[in-house]
Amino acid sequence: MARLSPDNLTHALEIVGRYPMAKSAMIPLLHLAQEQDGYVTDDAMEHIAELVGTTPAQVLGTCSFYEMFKREPVGTYLVNICTNISCQIMGGEELLHHAEQKLGVKAGGTTPDGTFTLEDVECIAACTEAPCLQVNYRYRHKITIDEFDALVDDLRGGKLAAQIPPHGTLAKVRQHIPADRAAGTADPAGVPEPVWLAKNAEGAER
Amino acid sequence: MAVTEVPKIITSRFADPEGHTLARYEATGGYEGLKAALAKKPAAVIEEVKSASLLGRGGAGFPAGVKWGFCPPGVFPRYLVVNGDESEPGTYKDRLLMERDPHQLIEGALIACYAVGCSQAFLYVRGEMAFAQERIAQALNDAYAAGYVGKDILGTDFSVDIVLHWGAGAYIVGEETALIESLEGNRGMPRLKPPFFPAAKGLYLQPTIVNNVETLANLPWIARNGGAAFAALGAENSKGTRMFAVSGHVRNPGVFEVEFGVTTFRDLLYAPVYGGGIRNGNELKAFIPGGASAPWLYPEHLDVPLEAATVGKLGTMLGSGAIVVFDETTDMVKACLRLVRFFARESCGKCTPCREGTSWLEKILERIVDGHGRPEDLDLLLDVCDNISVGMNWPPKQTTICPLGQSATTPVASAIMRFQNEFEAYIGAPSEITVEVKGPAFVGPVVAREQVTADA
Repeated sequence: MARLSPDNLTHALEIVGRYPMAKSAMIPLLHLAQEQDGYVTDDAMEHIAELVGTTPAQVLGTCSFYEMFKREPVGTYLVNICTNISCQIMGGEELLHHAEQKLGVKAGGTTPDGTFTLEDVECIAACTEAPCLQVNYRYRHKITIDEFDALVDDLRGGKLAAQIPPHGTLAKVRQHIPADRAAGTADPAGVPEPVWLAKNAEGAER
Repeated sequence: MAVTEVPKIITSRFADPEGHTLARYEATGGYEGLKAALAKKPAAVIEEVKSASLLGRGGAGFPAGVKWGFCPPGVFPRYLVVNGDESEPGTYKDRLLMERDPHQLIEGALIACYAVGCSQAFLYVRGEMAFAQERIAQALNDAYAAGYVGKDILGTDFSVDIVLHWGAGAYIVGEETALIESLEGNRGMPRLKPPFFPAAKGLYLQPTIVNNVETLANLPWIARNGGAAFAALGAENSKGTRMFAVSGHVRNPGVFEVEFGVTTFRDLLYAPVYGGGIRNGNELKAFIPGGASAPWLYPEHLDVPLEAATVGKLGTMLGSGAIVVFDETTDMVKACLRLVRFFARESCGKCTPCREGTSWLEKILERIVDGHGRPEDLDLLLDVCDNISVGMNWPPKQTTICPLGQSATTPVASAIMRFQNEFEAYIGAPSEITVEVKGPAFVGPVVAREQVTADA
């Protein structure tokens, strides 16, 4: 499995170019690799190390720290049920138990057909809409047991494919800084006082 | 009830389904604050923000204008880092601000960059918030095309790129030095302060301002209307308005922008326009006033205003504006376990008291909930807490690089000091507590023990 494809490499280089230090692009590039393959492969980590000028071990170090990066395949749909405090007291744990029954896997497990991975997650910032969940990081608020069952059926039936891309794809809209509008990166070793600040300093003429 | 009528400073476009677009933003006063700021000297913009007394809305509540002043003179480049890594349990406001009014945040970031002299800005959005990332990416693309961001902004010599960056799932990255580590491509582990105060040695060891999303979202209004108009709202040190998420056992959970410093907890929980009272006519048992890290408050505190210093004197905090309401049916032992489990999972592992302490707290609490607790466990729990957060004072004494470990002790101390008998019901025997807990919220008025019952 795979280094970044030519298209993704082009995009990766654009991302790297936005930062004064290439290593800052590490997390966005790991997301790009996960978008390409559904999880982060060893080959992709090696490729990222080349692109940001570090070692594969450093990339693995960063990758393994963050919850969202998966280093082995997961289901097409990652179902993350929040059981943190606001959801817990509004039925989040019951929802998780129901999901375990419905999908036939424990939290952390993947269904044998590779469609769903179920996770018991920490607060996802929808506390007033408890209990809540995310499917591939798309929210579902105030979800009942019946709504959960319908959601699973819809996902299995491919009815939500337009709304919810396969695991790995986060934002479908990407930032693009046009070359003629770019102010440029600020090299930590080589940028003087900004002109607008210098000329407006104490005593300077406006 | 003191539900005051105040202008919506940061949520004015929330009801507008097109409020996130550049066209609607411009039609409703958008980027006027930037124009007003650019007509002034940067130092005058800092003075305007200082006169607003805008307290940081991320959790620590430090005055934003003062924080900007900590950059050492003559050291460049400076960076702005926008903290959009909202993940404190109970907190739900920055995601709304990013999804529903992304241009307001971009404009706020631009005003900060102009005032402080930042040569580049990074907008760090929590990884799990795909929709917020999309909305901000689109808004940035449109703002670049319209000349609001990038080179020679609005025809002036003010130039700055705003780079959308996104995380990958780690609560600790909301801590500003961990956020900087993460932005440098590393594991999100906090840095020691001193020397790594971001304003002095932040991103790439250069002066860096780290501001919360809600903090920056206030700047366009302040730039348009003046710091004095902002400071005319609120009370004491808590000026302007503030967003609070009221979740849990209220009839009408929601996120409300209210007058800061004046509105009380009772208003927020009971007023029909806010929380609407406790569900099913139940009794209020306790509430978390400022996110999972904050010591709990109780019904006798309802008439306290949402004012930072006043709440601080009670031995807790308004933190990230997250109020979680527990009614009489809540199992406080299980709630305590769930909060502790969160901190144990999210500890980065750098400092021993936090790494070891949080996981031991979780194991002991799990044993109690599973019916294998021992009478001496409550004292043991508090002893572990005392080793992470000496005396469980408020504000906590630092034994670790960042406050995550100390935060894990607050639900334990809160629950045991107030609901000791619920723990004893699980254990099946009375217990004796010898560890001294000093924070005022933990040792506040104690309910007679027979009044409290454990509801499984």
